[in-house]
Amino acid sequence: MARVEIKIGGFGGQGVILSGYIVGRAASIYDNKHSTMIQAFGPEARGSACSAQVIVSAEPIAYPYIVSPEIMIVMSQEAYTKFTPELASGGVLITEEELVQPHNLRKDVKHFSIPATRFAEELGKKLVVNIVMMGFLTAVTNVVGKKAMGQAVLASVPKGTEELNVKAFEKGYEYGVEVMAGGVPA
Amino acid sequence: MKADPKGVLTGSHFLDGDHSCSEGAIAAGCRFVAGYPITPSTEVVERIASRFPYVGGMFIQMEDEIASSIAIQGAVWGGKKAMTVTSGPGFSLMMEHIGLAAMTETPCVFVDVQRAGPSTGLPTQPAQGDMMQARWGSHGDYGIIALSPNSPQECFDLTIKAFNLSEQYRVPVMFMMDECVGHMTERVVIPPADQIEIVPRKFYEGPKADYLPYKTNGDLVPMMVKAGDGYNIHVTGLTHDERGYPSMTVPTQEKLIPRLVNKIKHNAPKIVEYVEDQVDGAEVVVVTFGITSRTSIPAIEQARKEGMKVGHLRLVVVWPFPEERIRELASRVRAFVVPELNLGQMVLEVERCVAGKARVELVGHPGGTVHNPKDIYNVIKKSAKG
Amino acid sequence: MAEELFEIEESVPVNTVESFLRMERMPHIWCPGCGIGTTVNCFAHALETSGLDLQKVSVVSGIGCTGRVAGYINLDSFHTTHGRAIPFATGLKLANPELKVIVYSGDGDLTAIGGNHFIHAARRNVDMTVILINNFTYGMTGGQVAPTTPLSATASTTPYGNYEQSFNLPYLAESCGAVYVARWTAFHVRHLTKAIKEALAKKGFSFVEVLAPCPTLYSRRNKIGDGLDQMIYYKDNSEIRNGADTKTIPLEFQGKIVVGKFVDKERPTYLDAMNEFYQQKLGEDYIPYKG
Ligand SMILES: Cc1ncc(C[n+]2csc(CCOP(=O)(O)OP(=O)(O)O)c2C)c(N)n1
Ligand code: SF4
Ligand SMILES: [Mg+2]
Repeated sequence: MARVEIKIGGFGGQGVILSGYIVGRAASIYDNKHSTMIQAFGPEARGSACSAQVIVSAEPIAYPYIVSPEIMIVMSQEAYTKFTPELASGGVLITEEELVQPHNLRKDVKHFSIPATRFAEELGKKLVVNIVMMGFLTAVTNVVGKKAMGQAVLASVPKGTEELNVKAFEKGYEYGVEVMAGGVPA
Repeated sequence: MKADPKGVLTGSHFLDGDHSCSEGAIAAGCRFVAGYPITPSTEVVERIASRFPYVGGMFIQMEDEIASSIAIQGAVWGGKKAMTVTSGPGFSLMMEHIGLAAMTETPCVFVDVQRAGPSTGLPTQPAQGDMMQARWGSHGDYGIIALSPNSPQECFDLTIKAFNLSEQYRVPVMFMMDECVGHMTERVVIPPADQIEIVPRKFYEGPKADYLPYKTNGDLVPMMVKAGDGYNIHVTGLTHDERGYPSMTVPTQEKLIPRLVNKIKHNAPKIVEYVEDQVDGAEVVVVTFGITSRTSIPAIEQARKEGMKVGHLRLVVVWPFPEERIRELASRVRAFVVPELNLGQMVLEVERCVAGKARVELVGHPGGTVHNPKDIYNVIKKSAKG
Repeated sequence: MAEELFEIEESVPVNTVESFLRMERMPHIWCPGCGIGTTVNCFAHALETSGLDLQKVSVVSGIGCTGRVAGYINLDSFHTTHGRAIPFATGLKLANPELKVIVYSGDGDLTAIGGNHFIHAARRNVDMTVILINNFTYGMTGGQVAPTTPLSATASTTPYGNYEQSFNLPYLAESCGAVYVARWTAFHVRHLTKAIKEALAKKGFSFVEVLAPCPTLYSRRNKIGDGLDQMIYYKDNSEIRNGADTKTIPLEFQGKIVVGKFVDKERPTYLDAMNEFYQQKLGEDYIPYKG
């Protein structure tokens, strides 16, 4: 597998950085790949917008920053506007259905969306929105295997919240599988 | 000696460089850390503060970096392995105490997670602008050792090495990280404690009456004792004789100071460490350290694809500098390319050793981000053509 | 008056002091009439009768004439950098809590360049005894103005007299949290010896300010005589007022000197507070820190 660059953007409190951490951890600890994660630090991290960059690769990673992400998850309108121009042509764009209006959607990318916040609320805790997203990402891309992602989720969430998070992950994953099968208009 | 298993988190982790440095210190046996918060180094002390209560360590957030950099030295004479952690502005404040540690031969580790300067500069963005300061920052003549990790894994491995070298040579060791490595998260494999080699402090064990605190036996490094052992030691930053007593005379100065310099200089062949890739037969050698060693790789690979003979020499130990190796290569290669996140520091060392025998090209960058590999590639290409 | 002085000095048998000194380093660097040596005598006597295990006693100094004390004391002794004796002592003490750590340094060292460390060590109540020799000036560098120089006194950098407010050190120490605070002069050798002994017995940050003559650079420049004249001034103008409110005892140029023990209270030390807090918070997982 060649180098895959992933960017995750949203606002504070959505667990953007943790999402990046989970993807990287899944790839490098549980999926025998290499991964480098860098969180946007600095003025960018101080306001409401935040982002994480993750690289996943079968080979050791030299250059640690992303150059042209092939996968992008955006969970806020601001992140959509700011980051989507960076997405590589032919890349995968995943948006949070209710928080992001895909204005002027690029024709050269594959777009998927999921009402992750609503799913999280239905599960009883809005906080797990990022974990729903992780399930969805796993289903619509093959960047990391499902087993590895599941393990990384379990290892990364606070003790005592495992069950809820596993449910959130499964929910996102099932929805992703449905979307891929054409069951849900993307 | 092997590491104390109590502090070692054996296993695979997904850690950033700062946190990994903390784990390296704990594995190395460090049980005293004093620091003052400063981005981008703060995560190191934050992790220490949360881990130390479980491993019997003492962390103290001091009132400033001056205090931190001498509290660790008090702790070392009290018997601990100790380190302090900072970034640019704090590193500047510590300079006098790097000299004190060198003069009193107090083994300790100074971690500098470099950010772009001068002054407050870009607090949250990377640079490699403190490399000369690490070597020469305190007044007077002395020797130090500096290491430069390029990944979270190395932040673990080389922090242990930093402690080991500090004990072996009784010098302050500078651990020169940068914001990019410090805040980058990757897999870090922590081996079982019994696979981690630890250099213990060399304590004197002979008869008390014969002990001379600054007398050496051939290897230029004296044996230590600690406070409370009954030796009535005197430790001073003044020029001192073998008893440790101030002796402000030229002969004492002429005996002591060259030894402080030579214990590193003469042991340099044992201390230097670098990693070479296709250097033999290369026409251009790219000399890197820290994060630039990684940003250079895409440039080097591209140049090789186009048929250029490019070698890569990465400094792991930055000070002492591998003078001999660079001199040797200078007579064989066409050019050296030195990318660094500053406007020309380590390149001066390369130039000094090359001494006009080959071209030396700096790929400077004032910091704030890392190099675009293209910029490095362009200079390699230009240099390969001669 | 002078006779009385000598009488007091005589009550101090000389040879016992010698065993506390690195005699091979004599003669010392201090000027004739300098008050630092007298305070060292008192310190030695206090140590001698303190019952402390001398092998576990460390003396830490900064830089200055007073800073040289560490170099003459025949115990583990550390001569550090200017102003930084306290943070060094903090590290030493916390690394090995079994040690009795004494900081012995000058007024400039401890309250100008080292003032920040002084207030924080007192605030944290790090277990150490600080003996501060206040000669109202920077002796070592030639008699410059210090944070302790009284208003109107001249110094080489205030050639027309000092116009900066000076510190009232017992008040400073008390407000920062010191558990033992006393002030004596080099004249009051018995009181001073006793005070140092008490300070050594105290757990926590104990502070003894000692006024001592610097004839070479302070007294002569200010035309107030030599070392002996300063001793006479201390004798004639001192008022012993134990328990005085530290707010009320600032020093003025050749004015009245209130001496005595002002503070003697209990407060958990840095280390005890840490251990107790963590034991409560973290329970059995916590490994109490013993050094
Ligand atoms: C960083 C630094 N700044 C300045 C000096 C010069 N210096 C040495 S001793 C001293 C003042 C000492 O005054 P004090 O602490 O009152 O001691 P005294 O000599 O009066 O006993 C100064 C400024 C120094 N050694 N280091
Ligand atoms: S200069 Fe003053 S303080 Fe220094 S030794 Fe002489 S008299 Fe004492
Ligand atoms: Mg003074």
